[in-house]
Amino acid sequence: MDVFSKYLNQKVDIAPLITFRIFFGLLMLFSILRFWYHGWIEKLYLNPTFHFKYYGFEWVHVPDNYTYLLFIICGISAFLVALGYQYRLAMLTFFLSFTYIELMDKTTYLNHYYFISSLSFLLIFLPAGRYFSMDAIRKKNSSRYIPRWNIDAIKLLLAIVYIYAGVAKLNYDWMYNAMPLKIWLPSKFDIPFLGDLLQQTWLHYAFSWAGMLYDVTIVFFLLYRRTRWLGFMAVVVFHLLTRVLFPIGMFPYIMISATLIFFSGEWHHQLLRFFNKIIVGSKKYLANQKALEVDVSRKGQLKRMLIFSFFIIQILLPWRYLCYPGNVFWTEEGYRFSWRVMLMEKAGYANFKIVDAKSGKRFYVDNRDFLNSFQEKQMSTQPDFILEYAHYLGNHFKRQGHQNVQVFVESYVALNGRKSRPYIDPTVDLMKERESFEHKDWILPFETKD
Amino acid sequence: MTMINYFRFLLFCSFGVLLSACNDNSNNSSIDTFDRELMLTHWADNIIIPRYETYVSSLEDLESKTEEFITNASVDNFDVLRSSWLSSYTAWQAVSMFEIGKAEENGLRNYTNIYPTDTNKINQNIAEHDYNLTLPSNFDAQGFPALDYLLYGLSEDKSEAAYLLTQSDRNLYLSLLVTRLKLLAEAVVDDWKSGYREEFIANKGSSATASVDKIVNDFLYYYERFLRAGKVGIPAGVFSGSSLSHTVEAPFCGVYSKDFLLASLTAVQDFFNGKSHLSNGTGESLNAYLDYLNTKIEGADLAVLINSQFDSARNKINSLNQNLKKQVETDNVKMLEAYDELQKVVILFKVDMMQALNIKVDFIDADGD
Repeated sequence: MDVFSKYLNQKVDIAPLITFRIFFGLLMLFSILRFWYHGWIEKLYLNPTFHFKYYGFEWVHVPDNYTYLLFIICGISAFLVALGYQYRLAMLTFFLSFTYIELMDKTTYLNHYYFISSLSFLLIFLPAGRYFSMDAIRKKNSSRYIPRWNIDAIKLLLAIVYIYAGVAKLNYDWMYNAMPLKIWLPSKFDIPFLGDLLQQTWLHYAFSWAGMLYDVTIVFFLLYRRTRWLGFMAVVVFHLLTRVLFPIGMFPYIMISATLIFFSGEWHHQLLRFFNKIIVGSKKYLANQKALEVDVSRKGQLKRMLIFSFFIIQILLPWRYLCYPGNVFWTEEGYRFSWRVMLMEKAGYANFKIVDAKSGKRFYVDNRDFLNSFQEKQMSTQPDFILEYAHYLGNHFKRQGHQNVQVFVESYVALNGRKSRPYIDPTVDLMKERESFEHKDWILPFETKD
Repeated sequence: MTMINYFRFLLFCSFGVLLSACNDNSNNSSIDTFDRELMLTHWADNIIIPRYETYVSSLEDLESKTEEFITNASVDNFDVLRSSWLSSYTAWQAVSMFEIGKAEENGLRNYTNIYPTDTNKINQNIAEHDYNLTLPSNFDAQGFPALDYLLYGLSEDKSEAAYLLTQSDRNLYLSLLVTRLKLLAEAVVDDWKSGYREEFIANKGSSATASVDKIVNDFLYYYERFLRAGKVGIPAGVFSGSSLSHTVEAPFCGVYSKDFLLASLTAVQDFFNGKSHLSNGTGESLNAYLDYLNTKIEGADLAVLINSQFDSARNKINSLNQNLKKQVETDNVKMLEAYDELQKVVILFKVDMMQALNIKVDFIDADGD
């Protein structure tokens, strides 16, 4: 038997996957409720008249008042995942509804949301409903032991997230200019105890370097039993600190509970026994000792192939920026879906000019007539947003009866504390440009003098 | 194992940094930090409240001059009334940007200076006696623009204008508008003096609703919308494709439109530099704040860049006709050039300054990465 099939047949306790499922489901349910409570469904999806679409997903639309239904479905499926009721269907529903919500407007893109989508895709294929779940009780087909790769898959995804986030920090601005922390931290002057300290330059460097080291190494700390608790303490400190310093919502809690996956089966089993005691009371839900064999059927093989390809994509996707010329922070070509988390401070201003090509008559657009301030902020620093919005404006004014419409933009962007400089070529009629995966040669070069 | 020890060492180092940091904090009390409370206090005590006081006293004067004119509609009294209107309209330019607190609550700017004014509506109101000036539909039938019409728009001839103003209850409408302006302004000053000042200063945090964030956003909004667009861009046709000369500020009187623009620009720049209203002294300001944040960019200080851009905008404006309406009608290119210079300040403000201050423009409280 070769090493691979030996690995494939290795069995471990299912418990880490089970607590993972429960925390994941509950945190997702809470995230959905929180999103609703803050009025973000209206603010981010229902109120804006225009939405920025991902390339290839232009067909995704905000379904007006059915958006609430979408969130209800997403929330309920998250709860069912936690309960382990119709686990696979619930997980699939959660993945689809959550991802659909994210696709409705790329203004709200966050690495965290992408992480949730990726993770929930992976979870569809993992047997997280087979123990300490309503399915296990109902179908009586629970398993105490499962093939090890199921749990390793989650560890691998976490490793990719952390290590890529760390590698992305290995750039000049982050390491040698302590940017953007040098901008962000001083503005948190009113945080108790830390406020004055956050003004200190040495601290900006310390945080930058410590953050990089944390991201690159944390998975290794968690992997080894002897350093695991130390690593987990670092996880808690790191994520709670980011929670205090930045408005990053639920993510710290999601990551803290996700890293528990690295703890042993026995440790998780204790946790489950504790849950069992306070929620159910009867021991029968934990009594099972069966093992889930590796599915050698064609379906099982296909599933593993799919997961394998998923990881290949995850590993390769963050490098796609290398296919584009220029600075990825400036052009943002290949920036998303690459775990570039809190890496830059970018501010921009885009002033659109509508020109009648024949008469030369021109006027400027007030962005507030079409976008909310969040959309305007995101639009002004990202070329794909600028292009999409330019086309929207052009078509809007064509419908209003304007002729020979050309759309130009005068835009300025400041990156990581540098002085603002022109961003998009103001002589290019954006109506003539099309979105594609090719390099956008109308982005002006980022000539850094400092 | 050595690898693990190495990692452990690194991690301990980072914890060490954190720990020593905490010690540092307790031992060293002389850490140099920018005092936002001082800045807010300076803004309130030496800029905002004194400017409002000047504005209110100019309106009290306007009210008494109005009464004098109504009792004795001589051309002399008419001249005095007009010049009092000019003073209070000029004083208004210095407070319009502070749409915060009571001013925001009452919509002070909407009731004070929405133009172009609707002369038909004004005449209709005067004729029918049946109007409610608190309604948004009457924004453009009151305030300084409506007074501009009543004082300068009834006739080209001064004595005829003075005479017409006394006819058909126009003087009644005049005195109503003036009193309303005064009451609206007084409400704002009273609020500042009876608790809002303390509230404003105490709200010194870094949240989106903290005073610094709010006033900087208001300040930028004012500059972009009411100064750059309202006074220059819209008349020059920047947003419409063809010039709209009738949309200048105070078009009936005409000759003061440039002065109002300059007054407004100076008020904005003085606020940026923290110049006190009643003296030549300066205090903590956005300028000083930027210096503190040490935003040295490309060899030049951002605050210096902003000030010199203000100055080039002022230079362009100085070369314009006293009457901006005439300027637009005769040589709109110059007006557009002035607009371009004003526009460059917007970029320095909205992109560079906001980044340095880490203040979000009209922040929506969604999560970040």
